[in-house]
Amino acid sequence: MRPTITCRELESFILDYLEGTLTHEQRDEFEYHLSLCPPCVDYLSAYKTTIELGKLAFDADAEGPPEGMPEDLILAILRTRDREEIA
Amino acid sequence: MADQSPAGGAPNPGPPPRVASDSRFPADGSDLLARLVAREPKAFEEVVRKHGPRMRATARRLLRSESDADDCLQNAFLQVFRHIDRFEGRASLASWLRSITANEALMMLRARRAHPEEDIEPLLPAFLPDGHRAHESPLGSEPLDALVEREQIAALVRRNIEHLPENHRTVVLLRDIEGFSTEEVAKLLDTNENVIKARLHRARAALKRLLEVSLRGEPREVDYDALSRRS
Repeated sequence: MRPTITCRELESFILDYLEGTLTHEQRDEFEYHLSLCPPCVDYLSAYKTTIELGKLAFDADAEGPPEGMPEDLILAILRTRDREEIA
Repeated sequence: MADQSPAGGAPNPGPPPRVASDSRFPADGSDLLARLVAREPKAFEEVVRKHGPRMRATARRLLRSESDADDCLQNAFLQVFRHIDRFEGRASLASWLRSITANEALMMLRARRAHPEEDIEPLLPAFLPDGHRAHESPLGSEPLDALVEREQIAALVRRNIEHLPENHRTVVLLRDIEGFSTEEVAKLLDTNENVIKARLHRARAALKRLLEVSLRGEPREVDYDALSRRS
């Protein structure tokens, strides 16, 4: 069995792996480690789940559509614009 | 020649000024941007009403305070009014407005930062002396749709994002939630892409841990003896 990078070393490559920016050799080393390391397989899966959960938590369905703007805030913004125009 | 309004009040200002062909303006006939560049008063109000809610949502996520978000929004729209001529049309108007909002929010965060950044190290993965992972990742073995009810998990994730140190929270909000590119986030935060990538990775790893603790309690240590017996 050929030597592999450690889990600690793999950690620094995770973001680039997911973004597809590793070199061919780096990707090969990364995936070879995964083939030998169930804890890192689980970690990577959990990491990807975390990213997806983050996006889900703020998408329109979860968060609801943005609240309408209070009318007094709109008027304050328009007044600021008016003052700017006069100045 | 300007028309007179039927009621004899102020003369009708006439149609909006024609704008010479400009590649910034969409060919689909929507003329809001053209009218905004021409500084038509009603156009600015339309932009505020149409885009304000989404901009306000971005400001609230970054600033965590409704009153700060409203201040941010006023500053952002002031920048829009002052600098609309600089809009080059390479991105959509909504994207440009979002960038301005994010920039104003980040300036406010920088101005009010009065205490040292909390330490993210305790939330990062731990490794054994030989470089192996120290703990299991319980989230890794559960399919996404097996997790708790969608509304609950969304609220849980949002709460845990709030617990991240501010610099890391900001990056994960800008990159993963607001959808800015790494390059754009680096420009907004006045740093380089490598810093953003490192910070984003640490933020995601910390958030993973926070979520796992919330959902499953403290993670167990990896049992490497059991693993090697199985393989």
